[in-house]
Amino acid sequence: MSKQIQCPSCHRVFDYDVVASYLKVCPKCGYHHRLTPAERISSIADENSFAEFPFTYAFPNPIGLEGYQEKISQSRDKANLEEAVITGECTIDGRPCVVAVMSFDFMGGSMGSVVGEKIAEAMIEGALRHEPVIIFTASGGARMQEGIFSLMQMAKTSAAAALLEKTLTPLFIVLTHPTTGGVTASFAMLGDVNLAEKGALIGFAGPRVIEGTIGEKLPAGFQSAEFQLEKGFIDAIVAREDMKKTLSFLIRVHMGENSNE
Amino acid sequence: MNKESAKLYSTVDAMEEIASTKEASEGRSSWECVLLSRQQNRPSASYYIHQICDEFMELHGDRYYGDDKAMITGIGTMGGRAVTFIGNRKGANMKENISCNYGMSNPEGYRKALRAAKQAEKFNRPVICFIDTPGAYPGLGAEQRGIGEAIARNLKEFATLRVPVLSFIIGEGGSGGALGIGIGDKLYMLENAVYSVITPEGFASILLRDPSQAQSAAEAMKMTSRDLKEFQIIHDIIPEAPGGAHTDPAFTANAIKETIERDLDNLCTKTPENLVRYRLRKIRNIDVQLHSDNPETSTKLLEVFTKCRL
Repeated sequence: MSKQIQCPSCHRVFDYDVVASYLKVCPKCGYHHRLTPAERISSIADENSFAEFPFTYAFPNPIGLEGYQEKISQSRDKANLEEAVITGECTIDGRPCVVAVMSFDFMGGSMGSVVGEKIAEAMIEGALRHEPVIIFTASGGARMQEGIFSLMQMAKTSAAAALLEKTLTPLFIVLTHPTTGGVTASFAMLGDVNLAEKGALIGFAGPRVIEGTIGEKLPAGFQSAEFQLEKGFIDAIVAREDMKKTLSFLIRVHMGENSNE
Repeated sequence: MNKESAKLYSTVDAMEEIASTKEASEGRSSWECVLLSRQQNRPSASYYIHQICDEFMELHGDRYYGDDKAMITGIGTMGGRAVTFIGNRKGANMKENISCNYGMSNPEGYRKALRAAKQAEKFNRPVICFIDTPGAYPGLGAEQRGIGEAIARNLKEFATLRVPVLSFIIGEGGSGGALGIGIGDKLYMLENAVYSVITPEGFASILLRDPSQAQSAAEAMKMTSRDLKEFQIIHDIIPEAPGGAHTDPAFTANAIKETIERDLDNLCTKTPENLVRYRLRKIRNIDVQLHSDNPETSTKLLEVFTKCRL
């Protein structure tokens, strides 16, 4: 008997394999379970086309914060990742692109020096090759453990986005649950096309911070993907099963019909 | 109105004497700098602009939604040179604090700042930014009108602005709200200013799980001008009078003016393209220690430069 999984939204229990066959979208209520970066990549990339960019970074503890190194080690074990983002290259329907996928499981997807560096490098690689860059975001924002250096990653990634723009290389952002703080206030809002997953929380200040400011509960759906669509900050909400063909379309219309040759 | 900020400011007023009686910043703790940087009578962006300029005209509005009083923008002259100024505004008294939202801008503030910067680029005027904000406003309207997008756009646009941009952190440099007008060719901090990714209060409650630990959080975060000079995040420290900038505002205004004149004389000789390349390299190399053995980083950047017009 396969593993069982309960939907946190409709509370129904399913066989894990059934939910997995729907790309981890609840077959009953459409709730989007979190995908690991590997699952995400296999949901959009051509089979066996993904090659990860090598991880060559020293562990940074720029403000010398006590306990930070241990926290990183724990997160590495827990999330089974080196850091909160995976970057690499792949093809989508035969067309090459550069892809970055953030993981909320690794310290809340927070952006420290390594995350910022990997994302900036991916964008610069895309600009050099003139290949579209696709970034799946999931982050609580800047990684406070790195002090001012985490803030500087907003500058670094946004400047890299400027280089994509100046080389006329398309940047496609897919906002997934949740994307907030310094990631929203930098590259996550700078896509030529910003897509989102259904129900994703997308905002700058976290809901609790805003509630603290205004002294009342936020209305239901505030800062959801649907809210951002209505307010004009994202282009479309795309179902997980349609993500590959949507990205494929966007690559084709931006890079030309023959870009896979 | 933000009750938290109001509470914060009253505490600051009560404690400000402690901080300002110290002789020099070498002896000040990070927390004392935090208090000084927030002090009600600390000289403001508006003060420095009027001290530095022969003439100044404020220009209002973002052209989309409204005029954010928490952000001041306008054009001034310095010895015959036209300069665009952008600065946070907290207000000089309690009434103004409220109308200026304690210096916390909404999206329209950042869009007004960008409008001023693009106007400066069009007419080849350098841009001077004065940063003094606890952060961008975490409110309902700010989210509805896309505060994240507004800051993000500024980061991207200022990175490639084709005129010199100098930024001065004159008081509080609070997180993304400060960075939103903080990307430029040179970044300076006043001696007792602070710059951080989150307030020490926020750091204490989130990471140390104890809001009362704000003082030790301020030390741990390394947020003073000395810390950031050591990190090479800022170019230099602008001196204040021994008792703090408020005890001799003209002294600091003069130091800022001299810095601006010296830098603009130098930066205005560069071609716009070189200026932007230099700025992008600087941003790219912020934490170059991550892979000091990897000269590929700068090679790749130079290669990208050959593929675009900046």
